[in-house]
Parts: sequence; structure tokens; C-alpha cells
Amino acid sequence: MITVNHYLVLSAILFAIGTAGVFVRRNLITILLSIEIMLNAVNLTFVAFGRALGAADGQIIVFFVMTVAAAEAAVGLAIVIALFRHRESLNPDTFTALKW
Amino acid sequence: MGSELAFYLFAAVAVVASLLVIAQRNPIYSVLLLIASFGALSGLYVLLDAPFVAVIQIVVYAGAIMVLFLFVVMLLNAPHEETEYDERVHPLLQAGPLRFGAFLAAALMVELVWALTKGGGEAGGFPGRSVSSVKEIGRLLFTEYSFPFEVTSILILVAMVGAVVLARRETP
Repeated sequence: MITVNHYLVLSAILFAIGTAGVFVRRNLITILLSIEIMLNAVNLTFVAFGRALGAADGQIIVFFVMTVAAAEAAVGLAIVIALFRHRESLNPDTFTALKW
Repeated sequence: MGSELAFYLFAAVAVVASLLVIAQRNPIYSVLLLIASFGALSGLYVLLDAPFVAVIQIVVYAGAIMVLFLFVVMLLNAPHEETEYDERVHPLLQAGPLRFGAFLAAALMVELVWALTKGGGEAGGFPGRSVSSVKEIGRLLFTEYSFPFEVTSILILVAMVGAVVLARRETP
């Protein structure tokens, strides 16, 4: 029998993978992809809880999260393109102009 | 039994594909594997009786956002870019910090799993009634959630203008 907890555990595993990706990878695009993994893990939680509570609100929140993810991807990739023009690199360690 | 098997299949595909996403050196493979992960998640949404979310997962995420990522990866010609720095001297890529980071991620996962399985909760599947109709979602979206829905349109407009301004070449 598949319960809510199965989905929550899967979501936790996916979120941990996304977090690890943000810390381990040194490539701006892969870091953005890891953030997408984390957003999807949260979406899965929302849908599972919405199904468990018998409410459509979980799916509506997922709709809003997807909109924010699309906006984030568009702006984030525009920033990546602008940074790449400046430094010819995607390594986040090269962008230290604001480091004190 | 069939849905149980399908759950474990989709869950395994999602986890393995996500792990491979962060294990790849070439960002193009990462993007393609993430599309596979999103496909598995879409199957999970179908199992959760949420066909609307499953469809927009494929159309919006795999179809639009990931194609945008793929476009940028190919535009920047990034694959050879990642090897420009020396991995042996990078402070974060030494064996110690890597092991520490892996330990932190594993600890986070173990704690989350422990907290979720410890809590007990309902063990008898999904008791609530299923809300699978797109009609119901649309009705809620335009009545109860109409203000957030309109704010979303402003967010998209701002993101669009911001992306155009940020990515513009600075030649007057």
C-alpha cells in the first residue's frame, strides 16, 4: 500500500539530491538545474498532501510554483549569459567582484 | 499491486536520473537526464490522481523550461568550459570538503526520512476524496485564487522584461 509517507520520503530524497548538487557542482547551469530538482521535490509534496486531504489547493500551489520556476529560469539564465559575456566562464568561483 | 509497482518504478527513475544530473560533467547530459526525471515525476502525478499537474509538468517543465536550459547550454558552448580550472588545487574539491559535503547531504536525507517515518500518521493510503477534475482547479483558480493568479501575470511580465534587459548586448 502506497501512503503519503512514501511520497514524502521520495520528495525528501530528491530535495537532498538537489541540495547536494548546489554544493558539489561548480557550474552555474548545473546549480540552476539542482534548484529545479528541489522545486520539483516540493511540488511532489504539495500534490501528495493535496491528494491526502482531498483538496485541489495543492495542485493550484504547484501551478504557482511552476510559474515562479519559469520566471526564475528565464531571469537566471539571462544573468548567466550576461556573466559569461563578462568573464568567459561558468565557474561561480570566478565571480568574486562583490566579495569583501 | 500495479500502482505500487508503478510507484517504485517511477520513484527509482526519478532518483537515479536526479543523481546522474549532479554527477555529470557535461551540462547537456544533465539537462537531458533532468527531462527523464521530470517524466518520472509526471507519472507519479498521474498515480496521485492529478492529471492536470502531470500534463503541465511535461508541457511547461520538460517542454519549455528545459528547452530554455538546453538552448542556453548550446549557446554558451559550455562543455569545454568546465575544465578550465584546476580541480586539484580547488579548495572545495579536496577529498575532505567533498566527504564533508556528502556527509551533510546524507545526514539531511536520513533526518528527513527518520522524521517522516517516525511520525506514524495514516498508514492506510489516501483517505481523502480525489480532486482530479480540471474544472474544479479552474474554478478555484478564478475565484478563490484570482488575486494570486493576476499577480502571477505581473511576475511573468517583470521576468520577461528583466530577461530581455539582462541578456541584451551592451552596444548602443
